[in-house]
Amino acid sequence: MSIDFKQFYQVFFEESYEGLDIMEQGLLEISKVGITDSELINTIFRAAHSIKGGSATLGFSEMVSFTHVLETLLDEVREGNRELTAEAIDLLLQSCDALREMVRSLEQEQPIDTTTSQPLLVAFEELLTDHVAPTDGETTADVGALSNQANALEETFFGSDGAMLSTDRDAEINTETDSDIATDSAAACGRWLIDFKPQPQILLTGNEPLRIFRELETLGDLTVIADVTGVPEFDQLTVDECFISWRLLLASEADHDTIQEVFDWVLDECQLEIRRVNDVEAAAVQAPQPSQSAVTDVAEVIAAEEEPTEQLVGEVALAQVTAPVAASSAKDKTGSPSAPTKTPATPVKAEPTKGDAVAMTGGGSGPSIRVGIDKVDNLINLVGELVITQSMLSELGNNFDMEKLERLANGLEQLKQNTRELQESVMRIRMLPISFTFNRFPRMIRDLSIKTGKQVDLILSGEQTELDKTVMEQIGDPLVHLVRNAVDHGLELPDERLAAGKPETGSIRLNAEHKGGNIVIEITDDGRGLDPEKILNKAREKGIVAADQELSDAEIYELIFEPGFSTAAEVSDLSGRGVGMDVVRRNIKSLGGRIEIESHLGQGSTFRVHLPLTLAILDGQLVRVGREVFVIPLVAIVESLQIKTDLVNRVSGNMVLYRLRDDNVPIIPVYREFNIQADNTELENALLVVVEGDGCKIGLLVDDLLAQQQVVIKSLESNYKRVDGISGATILGDGSVALILDIPGLIKNAARPRKRVHSSRAA
Amino acid sequence: MARILIVDDSASMRNMVAATLQSAGHQIQDAADGQQALNSAKGDRFDAVITDLNMPIMNGIELVRNLRSLPDYKYTPILLLTTESSVDKKSEGRSAGATGWLVKPFNPEKLLATVNKVLG
Repeated sequence: MSIDFKQFYQVFFEESYEGLDIMEQGLLEISKVGITDSELINTIFRAAHSIKGGSATLGFSEMVSFTHVLETLLDEVREGNRELTAEAIDLLLQSCDALREMVRSLEQEQPIDTTTSQPLLVAFEELLTDHVAPTDGETTADVGALSNQANALEETFFGSDGAMLSTDRDAEINTETDSDIATDSAAACGRWLIDFKPQPQILLTGNEPLRIFRELETLGDLTVIADVTGVPEFDQLTVDECFISWRLLLASEADHDTIQEVFDWVLDECQLEIRRVNDVEAAAVQAPQPSQSAVTDVAEVIAAEEEPTEQLVGEVALAQVTAPVAASSAKDKTGSPSAPTKTPATPVKAEPTKGDAVAMTGGGSGPSIRVGIDKVDNLINLVGELVITQSMLSELGNNFDMEKLERLANGLEQLKQNTRELQESVMRIRMLPISFTFNRFPRMIRDLSIKTGKQVDLILSGEQTELDKTVMEQIGDPLVHLVRNAVDHGLELPDERLAAGKPETGSIRLNAEHKGGNIVIEITDDGRGLDPEKILNKAREKGIVAADQELSDAEIYELIFEPGFSTAAEVSDLSGRGVGMDVVRRNIKSLGGRIEIESHLGQGSTFRVHLPLTLAILDGQLVRVGREVFVIPLVAIVESLQIKTDLVNRVSGNMVLYRLRDDNVPIIPVYREFNIQADNTELENALLVVVEGDGCKIGLLVDDLLAQQQVVIKSLESNYKRVDGISGATILGDGSVALILDIPGLIKNAARPRKRVHSSRAA
Repeated sequence: MARILIVDDSASMRNMVAATLQSAGHQIQDAADGQQALNSAKGDRFDAVITDLNMPIMNGIELVRNLRSLPDYKYTPILLLTTESSVDKKSEGRSAGATGWLVKPFNPEKLLATVNKVLG
């Protein structure tokens, strides 16, 4: 039989990541408030335990030996034999990281790097042995012993090939089959006499003596002799109690332990004696005894009673339980000890059915998502409604006349409703609570706080706010960067805070909430705040801003997102890693989001990240240019206006600027950009859609504004090829294709001439 | 072919045990904790139950005890899925009424052999 366990790798990896998160959160909780609840440490233990169990079954030996040590430590804590010291918590937290690394390596099918785990393992062993053996001399010896133990454990779990585990028990399976072959030469075999006297309640654990005898038969020739002297009168029989005891004669090469193992499950509930006997003793045992005839009698009595006494329904159960046992022993008595062997033992190896095999190999291990059952139920419900609407509409279509027009309109309205709800539900499947991202911060803050010597309180809120899985994955790093910055640059050292009249412990707040089709994530600190003057000076120094250029505070804050800008006097270990705020902003923009800063000197700063809930659907403004329809993302639109000629300013060449309050906005005629025929090429009274991206504005000249609607984004690159100025395509209600304008791309195109204009104006 | 209930809080362990048993033609239902398992067991009748010990909400021992109190599960084979480390748990499970145990990490052949054994 071969089951490919590879199909379970992905589930195991995901489960391990989850388990590690749980461990980490639990450990952080304990490090904050101590073990207040035994369930907490149990949860942590369970997570480690599950990872060990899974990795052992799948044959990931490095993980097994590592988690084993963790588990040992946690078990001692759980049993109350050990305090969970700060040192131990620290080690455990580091182990979470190391394990996460291991899982990642396994996931990427790369060899496991033990450079981080090995020192941890040594540290754990020291910790564990410290407890047991306080003397120095013994400690080293014990460390060796422990690692030997770990090795032994590994060897137990994994065969010499290291792939599948091979326990002692498996070895026995092999000897079983070997001995099966050997039983034919019974003369060479040992003879074992087994006295088996089960307690009456043995049946209540689901253990049936017959099953045990069948298993013994696989070891060799078996003779079963039942002793029914303990069976009470029929009217005193209790259905679920066993009153029979047995004497068994087994001719087998198997050793004592192998035979005893068959009785492993019932050892506590029986008297068992297994001893080797010689042939003479064996023959004496097999000689007819008075009790044996009693067996047949009982079997016959039960069989006879079974038919007429239909009112004794309960007793039938007894007949079912004991009758086969009695029958088999009766058969043995009739003098053919070798007959009842082997056959019952064969169903051990069952061939997998074809259908199952296909189903199993078909399981791919691509990225998966865990969806709440309520979401799926909701979907099924909606599809049901859709089917109803569909059948209603096709019914209408069968013999349609104009009288039914209103019903048709209603039906279509219903269809629209169904579709929208279905769309929302499907989108919701990809949505995960942002806690998936937020959960990494408590640990990070703890580490940062140790590293920087700053005391930090992390306050999370809105963790249940849902966000598209892809957006979530991509926003993780920028958020990490922002939080690091908040600790590193934002918060002050304790004495600095005290001097400023603030509480010693600084606070970082992370909040997420939905705001009109967007998710807004806020990172707030109560630190020193941004210093506009300092930033401006720095920007001037770096030549980002002209010396005489006056900027508002908001504009100054924006400067920190400029490439190559860094306010920290020294590049710190934490934040200054070459990835600046410009990357943060770029990542957020690439997700179709934006970032704002609010800051008060001496009181702290808030970074507010706005993100679309999903990347698959976009709120768009449809515009028409000639015969083409384009989609402009609604988030990018500042305003739409009718051009007043006196505000138009022709600069040089083809560049035309439009004066929009304090701004000069370059006018980009869309027809020229894409080389198509437009209805109108005159600026007078033409429609201008002003869009913003990367802090720059441009005006798009269009023929007409059409509807605003949600559009489903289709990749142009995967269906056709990349086109400058176009970020994707969508299919409109009438089946035609509309292209989605790439606003940042268009602005970039326009930027070169604009910069020239800008500097000429400044000069 | 039998109907078997698998109880484990680890999804990968559930899946692996399930696939192993399914390969031998058994029908599988699973549950992530004792309470869930008990609910399924009450509305159904399984030929065997395989349960993990340490689970949230209701652990394996409690599950065995509860199952044994149901008339339908008085004699049903209930196997504990345990690791070698939990020797004490074995006797605790046995006194609660468990039929026997399977060693975790499990070997597919051994698992099938044991299950077929208790199914008789």
